[in-house]
Amino acid sequence: MTLRAAPNFRAVWAIYRMEMARAFRTVLQSIISPVISTSLYFVVFGSAIGSRITEIDGIAYGAFIVPGLMMLSLLTQSISNASFAIYFPKFVGSIYELLSAPVSYLEIIIAYVGGAATKSIMLGLIILATAALFVPLRIEHPFWMIAFLVLTAVTFSLFGFIIGIWAKTFEQLQLVPLLIVTPLTFLGGSFYSIHMLPGIWKTITLFNPVVYLISGFRWSFYGKADVSVGVSLGMTLLFLAICIAIVAWIFRTGYRLRN
Amino acid sequence: MSSIISISGVTKTYATGFKALKEINLDIERGEIFALLGPNGAGKTTLISIVCGIVNRSSGTVTVDGHDIGRDYRAARSLIGLVPQELTIDAFETVWATVNYSRGLFGKASNAAFVEKVLRDLSLWDKKDSKAITLSGGMKRRLMIAKALSHEPRVLFLDEPTAGVDVELRQDMWAMVRRLREDGVTIILTTHYIEEAEAMADRVGVINKGEIILVEGKAELMRKLGRKQMKLELRAPLAAVPDGLSHYSLELSDDGSQLTYTYDNQSDRPGVASLIRDLEAAGIQFRDLDTKNSSLEEIFVSLLRQEP
Ligand SMILES: Nc1ncnc2c1ncn2[C@@H]1O[C@H](COP(=O)(O)OP(=O)(O)O)[C@@H](O)[C@H]1O
Ligand SMILES: [Mg+2]
Repeated sequence: MTLRAAPNFRAVWAIYRMEMARAFRTVLQSIISPVISTSLYFVVFGSAIGSRITEIDGIAYGAFIVPGLMMLSLLTQSISNASFAIYFPKFVGSIYELLSAPVSYLEIIIAYVGGAATKSIMLGLIILATAALFVPLRIEHPFWMIAFLVLTAVTFSLFGFIIGIWAKTFEQLQLVPLLIVTPLTFLGGSFYSIHMLPGIWKTITLFNPVVYLISGFRWSFYGKADVSVGVSLGMTLLFLAICIAIVAWIFRTGYRLRN
Repeated sequence: MSSIISISGVTKTYATGFKALKEINLDIERGEIFALLGPNGAGKTTLISIVCGIVNRSSGTVTVDGHDIGRDYRAARSLIGLVPQELTIDAFETVWATVNYSRGLFGKASNAAFVEKVLRDLSLWDKKDSKAITLSGGMKRRLMIAKALSHEPRVLFLDEPTAGVDVELRQDMWAMVRRLREDGVTIILTTHYIEEAEAMADRVGVINKGEIILVEGKAELMRKLGRKQMKLELRAPLAAVPDGLSHYSLELSDDGSQLTYTYDNQSDRPGVASLIRDLEAAGIQFRDLDTKNSSLEEIFVSLLRQEP
């Protein structure tokens, strides 16, 4: 009885380590590409636009876009890491081993989502370090900054995991990030304050969940937000709860994992 | 309790509505080598996949060493190693990483000495730092076997282990299976070759169209299945089989020009030579003669005919 209820920590560790090893194998790519793209954002947005818009909410434009840039990468990378991690074994067939192993769905999720979230958090920190080379940064609420970083990484890794399980083809795997997440992120106030938008657009924007993430995250840096921090936190937790509910349903039904 | 796996009333209907298994009841005895013999599409992989937890059963129960595969899946699955039919491997991992990963996945503490032994036994040690993608097909299959053995299973499933495998690997594999059996591991293999079932198994279960047609000790089965036929083209048609030859199981074709003799090629005295002598003595001459083993298809047909 006790034996069979015992969680399989070794399996969680084995999966997590394998996922991290995958990232470190392509370590150059994993570090260099965010460094380059962040630098480009600073050149294009920071310099070109920054010469027109010197500051927003009393924050220098270059510094203003840093939290948004981090969120942009955090969201897209969490989703693509986690969705690919579970889609790939499904695609090549090696998932048979996972399904035949003495692991629970919960353990599988913790390992894969943990791996994907760790990778995107590391990426976020690399972007932060790169940004610090270009603009003076300050972080007023470091605890909340880390909290938003971790919560967002976990939530969107879960979301990616769900997409990876749902997807039957590579097209489907890329469809959701491409059609939904990227537009929502760009329209989520990464590069501007939503107060700068004309009336109706400001209202529409409030239906974009990414707005709350970026606003809350930016507040943890500069103490200024588009919407109140409590609402930001609430929306983030709500989205996390929705993802957990979907995953719980996948547990119960074995949806698209076991025939 | 002597059976290590007990399958009772298991059925499987896939989402497509296809009924792949109809009421399977089967007990595998502890420490035996069991061959599941059946043509392609019979449901062998489906049955194995259910026991291993890869496919959900539609109804029925399965226990592994007394552990229900649903309620008590951790205990059941940790006893099982599976080598699937297809070569499905993460191509970018090294042999060493992949095999150690499998061991961890099944909840076993890492044990480099044991993993090294498994790799050496399978002639994979030289390749331990190679990525799976660089291995030949045969080496990949060895790797799949190493993964299945990495967590010291008590039951090993081999799904079509010799399909597309060269002679050397086949021999290595049989040697390995015998060694494992000596260590008390129960082995279940699927095959659509009678010869393979004959070479390896203690008992054979014949499966066709999702049903187990019979389960038999190998010797008994080979007596049933190992029949040969000799066809004789006669120079002159016969009206009937002469009385002097009635103790042979002879069949005369309708036009009387062909005699078919069915015999057991496992027996010490198949009677071919004496039949030919007796035919000569009876003055019956033949133009040509042809012998053949009954094919798997014919065997299934005859088995199905025997079953009520
Ligand atoms: N996922 C699936 N969905 C629908 N039918 C399937 C699926 N997998 C297998 N089948 C069908 O079930 C039957 C048994 O397949 P399988 O167990 O692979 O047979 P075997 O291993 O004996 O060749 C086949 O007719 C096959 O087409
Ligand atoms: Mg098969």
